[in-house]
Amino acid sequence: MRKLWLILPSIVFMTALFAWPLVSGVLQAFSGSGTFRRMVDDPYFWEAARNTALLIVALIPLQFALAVTMALLMREKPRFAGLHFYLWVVPLAISDLAAGLVWLSIFTDRGYLNSILEKAGVESYAWLSVENPSTMFLAVLIAELWRATALVFVIVVAGLQNVPREYDEAAAVFGATYWQRLRHVILPQLKPSLQVALILRTILALEAFAVAQALTGRSFPLLVGETYQWYYTLQNPNVATAIALVVLTLSIVASIGYLRLMRP
Amino acid sequence: MTKVSRRALLTGLAAAPLLSACGGVSTTGTSGSGGVTLMSNQFSPVEEKQRFEQILKKAPVPVAFNQVETGIFASTLQTQVEAGKVQISVAGALHGDLAPHKDRLTDLDDLLGTLGDRGFPAELTDLAKLGGGTTKYIPWMQASYVLAVNKKALEWLPSGADVQKLTYDQLLAWATAGKAGNGGKPILGIPAGVKGLYHRFFQGFLLPSFTGGQITTFRSAEAVTAWEYMKELWAQTARASTNYDNLQEPLQRGEVMVGFDHVARLVGATGDFIMVPAPTGPKGLGYMLVLAGLGIPKGAPDPDKAKQVITALTTPDVQLEVLKQNAFFPVTNAKVPADLPGAVGQASSAIGKQRQAPKGILSLPPVGLGARDGEVGQIFKNCFKEICLDGKPVEQVLDAQAGELNKILAELKIPCWQPDPAGAECKAL
Repeated sequence: MRKLWLILPSIVFMTALFAWPLVSGVLQAFSGSGTFRRMVDDPYFWEAARNTALLIVALIPLQFALAVTMALLMREKPRFAGLHFYLWVVPLAISDLAAGLVWLSIFTDRGYLNSILEKAGVESYAWLSVENPSTMFLAVLIAELWRATALVFVIVVAGLQNVPREYDEAAAVFGATYWQRLRHVILPQLKPSLQVALILRTILALEAFAVAQALTGRSFPLLVGETYQWYYTLQNPNVATAIALVVLTLSIVASIGYLRLMRP
Repeated sequence: MTKVSRRALLTGLAAAPLLSACGGVSTTGTSGSGGVTLMSNQFSPVEEKQRFEQILKKAPVPVAFNQVETGIFASTLQTQVEAGKVQISVAGALHGDLAPHKDRLTDLDDLLGTLGDRGFPAELTDLAKLGGGTTKYIPWMQASYVLAVNKKALEWLPSGADVQKLTYDQLLAWATAGKAGNGGKPILGIPAGVKGLYHRFFQGFLLPSFTGGQITTFRSAEAVTAWEYMKELWAQTARASTNYDNLQEPLQRGEVMVGFDHVARLVGATGDFIMVPAPTGPKGLGYMLVLAGLGIPKGAPDPDKAKQVITALTTPDVQLEVLKQNAFFPVTNAKVPADLPGAVGQASSAIGKQRQAPKGILSLPPVGLGARDGEVGQIFKNCFKEICLDGKPVEQVLDAQAGELNKILAELKIPCWQPDPAGAECKAL
């Protein structure tokens, strides 16, 4: 009985702020007639789904490669290691909309990038125009890469601190090259942190929204951006929650998939 | 047990401020003694609201200006009148926002009679009857969409074309010649950004000019022609248009030289610009009239003072002050002085010319859609995206989007608005 009282606050909290919104969200999605039909008939939905998938597929491997490299560099204890660490985690502290706006000032038609190009005598380029979907994608990718790699980096750095140096040194004594040690000693022991980071990043990438919104508006739609459109601009909460349910389902499937795949 | 109850008490104490904070904000406003409340969904940007509050200080009675969102405007009016506890004396909103409240507004024929010297155009006072026989609101202010033209672009105007009386074919020829003459850089822009009002161009200008309707003719053969035309026009239009939320900034920067937008989103451009009426199509000159009116809810606490406020807001002085401060145009015969910034005076004359055009086709922003207005607007934006940007076949897109449009309209069950005939239930045929 006493134990129940101790967990009561968190039960109340989770029910009020998590379970109840979830239930009412699901009910909302199924309350209108033909909601899912409207969702899949909308010309933006499949484009948003494709863009979100593309972003995840391109972003996550790049992010992990970068973050692991950065963490291994930190492990070598370079000079001013503390300073590097702080600089690399700065993006974590910046709101994603603000980050999007900063990148917008770089990529926009008369932004910093085009100004520099023009100064260098190269003709400026409409990076964010609907006519150039590939550079639009690239701009969102770079901005997201800058913004969200820090999270993976922090998790990997924390994980590396739990990897005892003795194994690494023993492997070195037996003549293993750096690549062999990385492949067979360090990475396997990093697996739990990588798994956490992978799940977190995939869910967060599914939710990516503000950066793309600031950079491209609806020219490069993403799933969560579409929920915002439907809820706020089009004022149709049914379709908005239907899309949110799709995002939820994908997140659950991705998390379970990772947990199965990386089972020890 | 005593411990438990103390804990519960603490929880309750902690929750109390949270719960009381959920009470929300008052939407009734306070007018103080002897004053009246004017509730409106207009002037939502805070600077516009403050400037309008300054203008209201000239009214003969103290007026509290209660600026609310459209949804709150509708629900407040409905609940207060239905509960018989009305605190609002004057309700000011767009025609389409007032129309659903026709039966909640008092008849104002007597007030309109005393305002004979204002010279309201008959089209506006007809609209103010909201489809019935009596006046339900007094016209307050108006706006529309016009073309802004940088005088440099006039050199490419096709021979024989009068920029004040363009046809859609001439506009296309002009845009084509302009792009060619400008080193391949398009001179025409449309506000097709996320917050741009380009759907109003299709709803109120392009489609009525080609088809004579907005909703009923949505997938007619004429509509197919109109969208085929739009596809050709888009080929000559600046690609960056999909990033333009308004046209005054790209016009000002010189990125485009000819642009179509809401007047309030054009008059900020300074430079060598002229404002001209929208083009004419096969069926006439389709134009959208954005009309705001002032009504008095039934059971208003102080109808006499409310009438004084409405009278004050239609005087030439106040009408011109609203134009100068907030770029909404007079609905009366108030003479727009020559000392106004060039763009404002020209826009005023372009709006007048559109309304007086012999083959004018008046369109209204959708009436009675309420919260679904955004979704219906999106249908027109989807047509643009799929036809012009994605290059899909016109008929197929129109059929699919007409299906979506009819689904929304079937849920609403509302009559059509101008230019479509006010028949039984509005839908795309």
